Amino acid sequence: MYELVSIGIGALGIVALTSIFMGAVITIQSAYNLVNPMVPLYAVGIVARDSIILEFSPTIIMLVLAGKVGSSIASEIGTMRVTEQIDALEIMGINSSGFLTLPKIIAGMIIFPFVVLISMFLGIVGGWIAGDLSGVVSSADYIRGIQDQFVPFNITFAMIKTTVFAFVITSVSAYHGFYTDGGALEVGKSSTNAVVYSSVIILVFDYILTQLILA
Amino acid sequence: MIEVKNISKGFDSKLVLEDISCSFEKGKVNLIIGQSGMGKTVLMKCTVGLFEVDKGAVFFDGRNFSELNFKERKPIRQEIGMVFQGGALFDSLTVEQNVMFPLNMFTNMSIEEKLERTNFCLKRVNLENANSKFPSEISGGMKKRVAIARAISMNPKYLFCDEPNSGLDPKTSIVIDELILELTEEFNTTTVVNTHDMNTLTSIGGKIVFIFKGKKWWEGSYEELYHANNEELNSFVFASKVMQNMRK
Repeated sequence: MYELVSIGIGALGIVALTSIFMGAVITIQSAYNLVNPMVPLYAVGIVARDSIILEFSPTIIMLVLAGKVGSSIASEIGTMRVTEQIDALEIMGINSSGFLTLPKIIAGMIIFPFVVLISMFLGIVGGWIAGDLSGVVSSADYIRGIQDQFVPFNITFAMIKTTVFAFVITSVSAYHGFYTDGGALEVGKSSTNAVVYSSVIILVFDYILTQLILA
Repeated sequence: MIEVKNISKGFDSKLVLEDISCSFEKGKVNLIIGQSGMGKTVLMKCTVGLFEVDKGAVFFDGRNFSELNFKERKPIRQEIGMVFQGGALFDSLTVEQNVMFPLNMFTNMSIEEKLERTNFCLKRVNLENANSKFPSEISGGMKKRVAIARAISMNPKYLFCDEPNSGLDPKTSIVIDELILELTEEFNTTTVVNTHDMNTLTSIGGKIVFIFKGKKWWEGSYEELYHANNEELNSFVFASKVMQNMRK
């Protein structure tokens, strides 16, 4: 429960902020690019919805979470390593790697899909508000767009991606933290490496999963 | 009794411990002494299994600890209490939760029994009314005492203390030394203390193992130390004027 709260709830602020503004930007940019009079204005809603559901929320938000949660996991476990707290667990006969990493991996895989669902909702709402306030697309057109040609499987696909990325973020970060060797400087390096490696692996898996499931 | 037989340990290409054999006696405080960087901590970590030895074996009351796997070591590990150099208290837990941690993990005690045992251990190290404090809120000496309380919470047969006085003022160091000596006598533990503090040597010296350049250079009792004919040992132990005067 502690892990669920610290990993998921703690990241909601940055996720909400990013989602609302990214939704707004996607909507305005889509409207800016759809200049052909043959394309109906409600297409802005379709583009914004699909961009947010298929790519923005499950991938970009997970990259944000790799920075926020990944560095936090790596530095927490890394600090435990350099201050001998992991040795203290080992000396008691506790399997420290399982004890420290498994709850984080499970918590990430449970809570991140909910965080991404919230991000999808906020992104679409952000696009609606921005479209209406800037006048590039009316509320009626936007709402019609987000309902039109909706494919429920896209949500399933996003949840599959999110679960895989959640595993990548938590396990890669925990690994880098666990194998920290040295002092405070090395904890910082582990934290940076955790974010870099998680992000690269997320991008690679993003391509692989898209190819496997959607192509 | 703990017996260390012919252990060697290296990191990469550097040999840190070379063919060390020694024994640590039951009911006594056994000191591992030596300059910084000579391999004291590595010897202690090899003894408790935090580092795997390259050669040799460690026996806990006749049980060959080195040949056991992680699962088989568990019962012996639960008989070991260790106080780390920096205390190694869990930052996210309070003092009470830190001391109670091993009880939560390995016993079927009720919450009342665990609380009673925790309070007993904290009282034993003269640390009452600090139960709800976090490690970041207490002093270095208090952290060491909490670490000792956690180490004795499971009633260990073997107590290891790695530089228990590092970073502490002389008065607090004496308190910690006396506490280790009292606990050893009270619970009849096999206690091993790593130190380069000569005050510790004089106040709790029982059996002494002197490590120099990764080798066991000398082994004997505190009384024998004053008559030892070992150049490196004498230059280390009697480096200070206080110790020289004591010898005279």
